[in-house]
Amino acid sequence: MITKRIIPCLDVKNGRVVKGVNFEGLNDVSDPVSLAAYYSNAGADELVFYDITASAEGRQLFTDILKEVASKIFIPLTVGGGINTLDDFDRVLKCGADKVSVNSGAIRNPQLVEEAAKKYGDQCVVLSADIKRVDGRFTVFSKGGRENTGMEAIEWIKRCVGMGAGEVVVNSIDTDGVKQGFDLEMLSAVCDAVKVPVIASGGAGGIDHFTELFKADPCVSAGLAASIFHFGEVKIQDLKKELKKNDILVRL
Amino acid sequence: MIAVIDYGVGNLFSLCSSLKYVGADTVVTGDPEVIKKADKIILPGVGAFQDARKKLSVNGLDELVIEKAKSGSPVLGICLGMQMLFEESHEYGVHKGLGLIKGKVVAMKGRIPEGLDIPHMGWNALKFHNSSPIFKYINEGDCVYFVHSYFADGCDQSLIASAEYGIRITAAVQSGNVYGCQFHPEKSGNVGLKILKAFCEEDGIQ
Repeated sequence: MITKRIIPCLDVKNGRVVKGVNFEGLNDVSDPVSLAAYYSNAGADELVFYDITASAEGRQLFTDILKEVASKIFIPLTVGGGINTLDDFDRVLKCGADKVSVNSGAIRNPQLVEEAAKKYGDQCVVLSADIKRVDGRFTVFSKGGRENTGMEAIEWIKRCVGMGAGEVVVNSIDTDGVKQGFDLEMLSAVCDAVKVPVIASGGAGGIDHFTELFKADPCVSAGLAASIFHFGEVKIQDLKKELKKNDILVRL
Repeated sequence: MIAVIDYGVGNLFSLCSSLKYVGADTVVTGDPEVIKKADKIILPGVGAFQDARKKLSVNGLDELVIEKAKSGSPVLGICLGMQMLFEESHEYGVHKGLGLIKGKVVAMKGRIPEGLDIPHMGWNALKFHNSSPIFKYINEGDCVYFVHSYFADGCDQSLIASAEYGIRITAAVQSGNVYGCQFHPEKSGNVGLKILKAFCEEDGIQ
């Protein structure tokens, strides 16, 4: 059977990985290529690169880096950030990305999901949704969680999956950064609503949170995190060994 | 020299990078003259069977692959490229394959248990059914990366590895000098690189 995936996420700004990283044996902690290689060797099942650059120069630099990463790291790569058009899909896929994650771009123009799925296949289109409870209702936020769209999250996700999104990243704004565990209630609501892989994001503070995640909802396919991996609080190999001990299928 | 056949289907960036990584002398080409001279052939592919099959027939590349395979050169089909090695595919109608390996390609839908997602996407473990030179550097139970909605069936004679996804899914086949991987070795980390390295070291049948 398919193993549960552990996915480190790298935010890249102007060609450097944002958020301080500190690893033994890794000299340049903000170099995306070294960090990607480090994670790949450490047992990451997939890597996510988010381009949080605003300028055109930064974007060019990002695609150059992506190419370099993709020529050295042979695990699936997902790229997100600034994906607004089919040309953006094309640009990152040509550099070796396997999947492309859309968020605000899909909110602005939902047709993007459908057009991209038709052109590149469902498996290539990842919907990333930033979700927060507003008056007890799961609500979609855009622009990195800054803007309330007023849209109900489960309906939005169902709509995008209906248009061809092959995978959904659920980022809970409520649990993000709190490090008290994933948002199991929100994840379970999404898993019940769609039949594509669901990736949990936001809230991981330690190994136990991943065990809890995969035990609580066997439908969640993957756990995504950034800072706990970057700061070395959780080592991927240790995490996977612990999951295996708990009878959760992982790739060791 | 290994010819990676470029017939306008899918992105060859990762495959070429991984072949370069294992030190293979590789050329990406759709030129029949270059392919004729190659020692080995890799037939990649993603997307829909019918479209890919049609594109492969342009300039007679399909006949050339068959000719090379029959002359003893090692041939490796990857993902849709592997599916094309079979006699036929039942993806949106019935379409003829290259017929190099006995069996047909069928949909997972209706054959795998309800509740399992399609495509079969992610890391899954290999179970060996027969020894093969392309597995000489890897072990049973190693995980490789799959993305597919159709799979090869009726190919017990050539089955060298399978993966379990509610049912037995054909993961890799070999018939003499013709090899196929349903999974993506170029996306399967070190295990995938070892499979490509082993294929690159194959001499073929003289």
